[in-house]
Amino acid sequence: MAIKVLGSPVSTCTARVLLCLCEKGLEYELLPIDLASGAHKRQPFLSLNPFGQIPALEDGEVSLFESRAINRYLARKHKDIGTDLLQSNSLVESALAETWMEVEAHQFDRPITAILRQIIVNPMYGIAPDEKAIETEMEKLGKVLDVYEERLSKCKYLAGDNYSLADLHHIPSLVYFMKTTKANAITSRPHVSAWWNDISTKPVTVKISANMKV
Amino acid sequence: MALKLHGLPMSTCTTRAMVCLHEKAVDFELVPVNLFGGEHKQPSFLAKNPFGQVPVLEDGDVTLFESRAITSYVAEKFKETGTDLIRHNNLKEAALVKVWIEVESQTFNPAISPIILEFFVAPKLGNTPDQAIIDANLEKLGKVLDVYESKLSSTKYLAGDFFSLADLNHFPYTHYFMQSPWASVVNDRPHVKAWWEDISSRPAFKKVAEGMTFG
Repeated sequence: MAIKVLGSPVSTCTARVLLCLCEKGLEYELLPIDLASGAHKRQPFLSLNPFGQIPALEDGEVSLFESRAINRYLARKHKDIGTDLLQSNSLVESALAETWMEVEAHQFDRPITAILRQIIVNPMYGIAPDEKAIETEMEKLGKVLDVYEERLSKCKYLAGDNYSLADLHHIPSLVYFMKTTKANAITSRPHVSAWWNDISTKPVTVKISANMKV
Repeated sequence: MALKLHGLPMSTCTTRAMVCLHEKAVDFELVPVNLFGGEHKQPSFLAKNPFGQVPVLEDGDVTLFESRAITSYVAEKFKETGTDLIRHNNLKEAALVKVWIEVESQTFNPAISPIILEFFVAPKLGNTPDQAIIDANLEKLGKVLDVYESKLSSTKYLAGDFFSLADLNHFPYTHYFMQSPWASVVNDRPHVKAWWEDISSRPAFKKVAEGMTFG
């Protein structure tokens, strides 16, 4: 029985899971959730995610939410097929992947999500972007990217020499960010830019990001 | 060689790592970092954590930062001894632990940490707590704990009927929160209250709580 993902192809968090599924070569079915009508805030969806957010994943009798938890589960369950996204044969490399996954979740995600909300999401609801807020968040993001620039001058990917979930988790937000006028935050940092060129041109990334249009 | 944990005994994120080390009965040395003197922003510390934050764990030639990555590493490396924090022999249970670890990280923490920062930390830095921030986050926290109340009425702990890293990661901020004027947000929810009383009475938690005083 195929894995079911409940979500939307344009949602960053849904895309985060789809990228992982495709890197592992796993069959899945994407079941669209009607966000506009609030389906995700009602039953039956709430019994899959009591926080009323997409995506949710059903794999046989296992039902999960939180995209980063879903990816850790998939990478561990299917560690022997497809791309090895958690360096499962090395405790140390796996720990470094976990570290940079936490960096994405705590240091990178906050400012970049705030920026995308201002530039892309708010205008969809007729709210003008708050330039001051964007500037504040861009400054925070810049400091984080300075650390990434230093890190990526020493190794090819965030956790070391190998592509992992630590890199993959950044992709959905960056797909949207690179379409904004702020993309030079990435392109002006040579190692970050090279890393982005690498991970954004992977066949799986190209395939999933093709559906990410707002 | 014993593990070294760089941080301070009252720091929320340091104590998250300390509780995990105690649960696993792993020997470690707490190496104090002079946060108020800015040691964490000096080059020698930045070489360990380029984001200039505590804690940092050194285990031989491995250096890690981000407390949740540290607890995950300790739980994995020492999975065969001490409390089984990650249910490593059961893929489904392990997955549910990961889900509720993310809930703490992505949903609980953003609501509770501004309250702790405003109420406990701001005064130490000579600032007045911003009541508007506290009020807004108390409302968010209440909604999150409504979901926890429902979950904990069907399972004893967050990921199931077993204590796990998902519960442990909640310890430091909740500990401080229960000393704030708003502990009723927890105490008014009977299952959340029972869960907190259970986990906070664990020897590892009580031991670390002794050091958690500001000033």
